[in-house]
Amino acid sequence: MNKHQIIGSRQKRVDALGKVTGAAKYAADYNIPFQLYGAVKYAEYPHAIIKKIVTAEAEKLAGVTTVLTCKDVPGKNHFGLIPNIRILADDRTRYLGDVVAIVAAENIKTANQAVEMIQIEYEELPAVFDPEEALKPNAVKLYDEGNQIVHHKVRKGNITEGFRQADFIIENKFTTQAIEHAYLEPEAALAMPDEHDGFKIIGCMQNFYTSHKVIAGALDKPLSKVQIIQSTMGGSFGGKDESATLVAVRAALLAQKTGRPVKMVNSREDSFIQSYKRHPYKMYYKWGCKKDGTIAAMEMKIIADGGAYCSMSPFVTWRSVVQATGPYYCANVKTDVYAAYTNNNFTGAMRGFGSPQVNFAIESMMDELAEKVGKSPLEIRLQNGFEQNAVTATGQKLDHYVSLKDVLQTSANESSFETCWKENKSKQKIGKKIVRGIGLACAYRGVSLGAEGVDAPSSIVYVQPDGSVSLASGIIDMGQGARTAMAQIAAEVLGLPLTRVHFQEPDSGRVADSGATVASRGTIMGGGAMKIAAENVRKIMENTAREKFKLSKGDIVFKNENIFIRKNKSEKKICSFDTLVEACYQAGRPLFASGVRNIAVTSWDEETGQGNAYFTFVYGTNIAEVEVDLASGKVNVTRFLSTHDVGKAVNKSMVEGQIYGGVAMGMGYGVMENFIQESGKAKTINFDEYYIPTALDMPKMKSIIVENEDKFGPFGAKSIGEPALEIAAPAIANAIYNATGKRIYNLPANLEEILLGRKLRRDVERGSVSCKIEV
Amino acid sequence: MSPKDISRRKFIKNLGGGVVGAGVAIQTLSAKTRKESKPPSKSDSAVALTFTVNKKPITLLVEPESTLADVLRNDLKLTGTKVVCNHGECGACTVLLDGRAVYSCHMLALDAQGKSVTTIEGLMDGEKLHPVQEAFVEHDGLQCGFCTPGQVMAAEAILIKNPKPGKEEIIEGMSGNLCRCAAYPNILKSAVAAAEKLNKS
Repeated sequence: MNKHQIIGSRQKRVDALGKVTGAAKYAADYNIPFQLYGAVKYAEYPHAIIKKIVTAEAEKLAGVTTVLTCKDVPGKNHFGLIPNIRILADDRTRYLGDVVAIVAAENIKTANQAVEMIQIEYEELPAVFDPEEALKPNAVKLYDEGNQIVHHKVRKGNITEGFRQADFIIENKFTTQAIEHAYLEPEAALAMPDEHDGFKIIGCMQNFYTSHKVIAGALDKPLSKVQIIQSTMGGSFGGKDESATLVAVRAALLAQKTGRPVKMVNSREDSFIQSYKRHPYKMYYKWGCKKDGTIAAMEMKIIADGGAYCSMSPFVTWRSVVQATGPYYCANVKTDVYAAYTNNNFTGAMRGFGSPQVNFAIESMMDELAEKVGKSPLEIRLQNGFEQNAVTATGQKLDHYVSLKDVLQTSANESSFETCWKENKSKQKIGKKIVRGIGLACAYRGVSLGAEGVDAPSSIVYVQPDGSVSLASGIIDMGQGARTAMAQIAAEVLGLPLTRVHFQEPDSGRVADSGATVASRGTIMGGGAMKIAAENVRKIMENTAREKFKLSKGDIVFKNENIFIRKNKSEKKICSFDTLVEACYQAGRPLFASGVRNIAVTSWDEETGQGNAYFTFVYGTNIAEVEVDLASGKVNVTRFLSTHDVGKAVNKSMVEGQIYGGVAMGMGYGVMENFIQESGKAKTINFDEYYIPTALDMPKMKSIIVENEDKFGPFGAKSIGEPALEIAAPAIANAIYNATGKRIYNLPANLEEILLGRKLRRDVERGSVSCKIEV
Repeated sequence: MSPKDISRRKFIKNLGGGVVGAGVAIQTLSAKTRKESKPPSKSDSAVALTFTVNKKPITLLVEPESTLADVLRNDLKLTGTKVVCNHGECGACTVLLDGRAVYSCHMLALDAQGKSVTTIEGLMDGEKLHPVQEAFVEHDGLQCGFCTPGQVMAAEAILIKNPKPGKEEIIEGMSGNLCRCAAYPNILKSAVAAAEKLNKS
């Protein structure tokens, strides 16, 4: 029995109508009279000093309004966590997606033509493309300070002692590839000067508060004179932070210079070439284990390729260092995670945020340990997995409900894991074309930003005089369903049907800086703020009801568009919602309130890597079944079971949607996706060569939603967006091992990885089929 | 994925050249509004295109190299049709051409000469959703919604071709439409439900 009216039910997406009719307007769908079109001139070397930029010829072309270079930026040209992302390349080019000049013209054809006429003189510099090479003392430096972006540590116990206690050691190197977000909507923005010396920018930004600061900084305007309006977003997955900001700020610079609206739309190729990717990792895992299957020591060294600029590398790698041991007991831990600059595409946030990489290593190691001690993958995890009040590698005691073993056991039972695994394992492989396998992976994940930084989003609830409700939040909808979840939360608090509540597109002037819609914090943090805002409005209404109807005792209940008084378990209707709204306005009490959710209970010590990293965690288990074609190496993921403790599912349909999407994206990571760069040049720049899963690639999928309500979440809700993705690839890799007896050390587990245990490398131009074997 | 052909775009452009030849007579009729400082929105090479869009007859001047998607989005402001790969790979730009699904980014607008195009904006019957659209709302066949117009049009095309498609036929027919949110299970459910709905009514 559902104790709520709207929370927990399967509500239809509130924005579905606009999306199925084509009425939903995405950034590139906006047009305004007299708009110009922007185009970019890319760097021609991944690492070079810019000696001279000649724009005269381009400027003369009929239809060209302006050509800008770094010297034309009135304010700050650099931004980022470590502010080194160049809006327009200045001293040097550092990757081939650097933009050296931008053009505004009457139409896109002319703008592109002008770009071709810009001439740049370079002094080419030696470049570095491997993060390990980049960290060597004699490596070519991208910045004077050196190539190391960050070094995170975790130190627990005594690693030497731990290895001394061990009966045997498991030591492996794992690598993961760069991944393109491949949001179907390429980055786009429309920037326009407004009539009061300000600017208005419509765009698709995942972190529009940062975009706001970057744009105001570049235009040299106060934040109050720059208004960012969020358009409907066609996916993001962590990707439309700096990448979308760059497009928007360049459009804004052109708009400022020309005094006209400027539209800038990335082509798919632009998007691939410019945007940041998921960090490729090199991971050295060394575990000292005992014959009984316990782990005495874990030593991990991880190197992340940060690419040309510092996007989210410090935070992505911080999540990796916190979660590098997985949800397993070990008294002695030493973890070092480095991120380094290279002349590749810069890397940043992508769904998972530093966890998909380490989970692949951890879960592969666990399976190897199970095999060494003659246990099943399930047994070894049940033996070592965290229980209630476990203490993590960072010294954090898990005082919320720890459901790791519940999700493990539930998944194993549902899929008959033990039986299938044993059966597949014992089957003869030699001489067979198709072999089958089943694999398991589990994880714990810190919810929201944790000790990364300030975590305090805002929301606004405004009950209008006619009783309809407008909502605004600093958390945005990228497709995950924030509009619907937020509307459900507010509707629940106010006892209204969803149809009465309208979620408005975020706008930088309306809701206080709420940080980015990242880290699976939308519902728990933004939704938490929405609940507080709705409760604040309800308080005004309750007080008015008590005065007007002279109610002193009993609880006031908001239900089915009516207001009730509850005394001794019996409810009596006082008036309709609308009547009370009217009474409030007549009493001079506008029903407008904001709410802020701020859970500041995290801590971190940089030197020891000890602290309460996150205020709560989620737990999940994935089970993959595969068929491997031994002749071609092709992996077909046939069935998938995904179990997640989400705290409380605000909307089960949407939780399932997140799970399907996460599994598919995790499967892409596991078996097919690979953003390839050679000497810094992107080789896979459209969907003809960068494969993402299609409807035909999807396994038969089942999800199990486990609900253990968390005290920090609105109605107990935690997270699902990223948990859904982060363990799909290791479950598949472990299934491949179960099928073939070959362990996958390098993602993706594509044909050559399975057949040859290494990647084939192309050395020819895009579109050719010939290959070269990498030695 | 389908076999790859890098010169597809070049091929389209070359084809455009050929079509220009065919349109020479019409060219002379086009108004010459070129000013010296700014190029006009249509160049001298623009060609007249007459076709039907969402049941409305339309004649306009288009650049010979313009794709159908360009013309729909930029000239007719029918922005429901999305351009994602502009490469004939993802299906987001799917529209109906004489009742058959085509990738509108992957064909020249001039190849729609005399034909009938239906876009996502043309599916509704007044205020009433088309059964396929209804099914997508009902079964949560979408997340971010960017691929949705293409998915809906692809499903509609399957149903026009065969009002009683099997599940395999639906999966096959929808597999040319990418969805990065991977709402695939619900997209397929929506398409199946739409078929059932149409057959009942």
